[in-house]
Amino acid sequence: MTELVAYLISGIALGSSFALIGSGFVVVHRVTRVVNFAQGSVAIVGGMTSATLLDGLLPHGLGEIAAVLLCGVVGLVIGLLAIGRRGTPPLISLIVTLGASMLVSAAIIWLWGQDPVAPPGLGGSVTILGAEVERQRLLVVVATGVAFAALALFFSRSYLGKGLTASASNPFAARMVGIDVRKMGLLAFGLAGILGGLAGVLIAPSNPLSFYSDLPLVLSGFAAAVFGGLTSPLRTLFGGLCLGVAGQLTAGYLNGSYQTEMALLLMLVIMIIRSRAFVQEEVK
Amino acid sequence: MLRIDDLVVRYGSAVAVDGISFEVGAGEMVALVGPNGAGKSTLINAISGLVPLHSGTVACEGRIAQVPEGRQMFADMSVEDNLLLGGWSIRNRDVGEVYDLLPDLARMRKRKAGRLSGGQQQMVAVGRALMARPDLLAIDELSLGLAPLVVAELAEHLRILSRERGTAVLLVEQEVALAFDVCPRALVLEAGRIIAAGPSVELAQSETVRKAYFGDLAVAETMTGATAPATTEVST
Ligand SMILES: Nc1ncnc2c1ncn2[C@@H]1O[C@H](COP(=O)(O)OP(=O)(O)OP(=O)(O)O)[C@@H](O)[C@H]1O
Ligand SMILES: [Mg+2]
Repeated sequence: MTELVAYLISGIALGSSFALIGSGFVVVHRVTRVVNFAQGSVAIVGGMTSATLLDGLLPHGLGEIAAVLLCGVVGLVIGLLAIGRRGTPPLISLIVTLGASMLVSAAIIWLWGQDPVAPPGLGGSVTILGAEVERQRLLVVVATGVAFAALALFFSRSYLGKGLTASASNPFAARMVGIDVRKMGLLAFGLAGILGGLAGVLIAPSNPLSFYSDLPLVLSGFAAAVFGGLTSPLRTLFGGLCLGVAGQLTAGYLNGSYQTEMALLLMLVIMIIRSRAFVQEEVK
Repeated sequence: MLRIDDLVVRYGSAVAVDGISFEVGAGEMVALVGPNGAGKSTLINAISGLVPLHSGTVACEGRIAQVPEGRQMFADMSVEDNLLLGGWSIRNRDVGEVYDLLPDLARMRKRKAGRLSGGQQQMVAVGRALMARPDLLAIDELSLGLAPLVVAELAEHLRILSRERGTAVLLVEQEVALAFDVCPRALVLEAGRIIAAGPSVELAQSETVRKAYFGDLAVAETMTGATAPATTEVST
C-alpha cells in the first residue's frame, strides 16, 4: 500500500512534466499545424540551466524562473527557424524542429557533457498515507496545476490569448480581422518553450536529466498531446498523468527500462482507439 | 477614399481580376455584381490585402473591414469573442455599440458562433466587421441564406451607416435587384473585367447587364422579376 502510494505520487509528478511538454505540442500545433519535436530538448535545457544558475549564481526561485524564461527564448528561436519563412508547409517545419532538436542536443553535450544533471530541488520529504514523498514531487504537481489554470485563463480571457485561439480556429478570418497569424505562431512557439522549460526545471531534481532524456520526454509528451487530439490542453493533462502513473507502476512492479516502451505502447493504443475521432475532427 | 488602378490578381497562371480600375468616395455605396467566377470575391480580398496583387494599385484612406464569403466564423468561440476579435486592428473592445445596432447579437452573445444558423452567423459577420469601425465596409454576399426581413433590416443598417457615419460600402450581391436598390451606383464584373458601370437605375435597364447574366438562370429570373421587363431565354 505504501509502495503503491509512492508510485502513484511519483507517477503523477512525472506525468505532470509529460503534460507540460505535451501542452507545448498542443499550443504550437493548434496555431501553426506544426508538430514541434524540439519540445523534449528544450525541457532538458531548462533543467540543465537551472542547475547551473542555482549553483551559486542565483537564489532558488529566481534561478528556476530565469531558466524557464531562457527556454521561452529558445522556443522562439526554434519557431523562427521553423515558421519564420512565410508559407513554409507544416511538414517541412516539422523536419526543421527535428533538426533544431538535434542542434539543441549538441549544445547540451557541449555545455554540460553527457552525464545526468540534477539541480537542487526543494529538499526534504513529507509522509502521505505512510509513504515518504519528496517535497519536490509535490511542488511539481502544484506548479503544473497552476500552469494549466494560467494557460486556460490566458486562452479564454486575455485578448492576446483570444487572438491565439482565433488564429488556430480560422487562420483566414484571423488575417482578415488584422491578426498577424505568423506572429501568433511564433508566440505559440515561445509559450511552448516556457512550458517545456517548466517541465524540465520541475522534474530534473527528482529525475536527473541528460541529453539521453530527450527521446523519452518527447515521446511521452507527444503521447500525452495525442491523447488530447493535439488540440485540447486539458485532455493532454489527463493523458500525461495516465502515462506518468502507468510508467511508474511499470517501473516499480515490473522493470524500469520498460517505461518508454510503455509510453509508446499507450500512444499506439490511443491512436488506434481515437483515430475515428481524429478523422471526424479533421473533417470539421 | 478607395482608388483602384489597373488591378490584376492571379492565382498561379489563371487571371481572376484582369485590369480593373474604379473609385469609391467616402460614404458612397457601390454594388458589385456579376456571374459566378467573375472575380468579385477575389477583388474584395485583394482590396482587403488578403490576396497578393499581381500588378496595379489599391489605395485606401482609412480602414477596411470585410464581411467575407462563407461567413468565416471563429466557430468554437462565442459570438462576443468573435465581435471582440473584429476590433483587433484598432484594439476596440467595446461591443456595446454593435449590440445597439444589432440587438439580436446581444441575445446570443454567449453562444458558440459555429452552432448558430447561417443567417445568425451572417449577422455576427456583419457585427464583427463593424467592430473595426471601418471607413469602407466590403460585403461579399449579404443576402445569402438570410430571411428577406433580415436582409431588409441589414440593408437599412447599411444605409444608416453610410449616411450618418460616412461609411462607404462595397456590396457584392447575387440578388441584383437588392444590390441595385441599396446602392445608387453599380459595377458589373465578368471574367475579371468591368463590363458595365454607372447609376444602378440605368444599369438595371441595360442590355449589357442582361447579357452578362445570359444563361445564369437564378440571376436572370431575379432581374426579370424585379427590374427588367425583357423576355428571358433559358439556355440550359
Ligand atoms: N484560391 C483560388 N485558387 C485558384 N483559383 C481561384 C481561387 N479562388 C478563386 N479562383 C478563381 O478565380 C476566379 C474568380 O473567383 P472568385 O471567387 O473571385 O469569383 P466570384 O465572382 O466571387 O464568384 P462567386 O459569385 O461564385 O462567388 C474563378 O475563376 C475561380 O476559379
Ligand atoms: Mg464570390
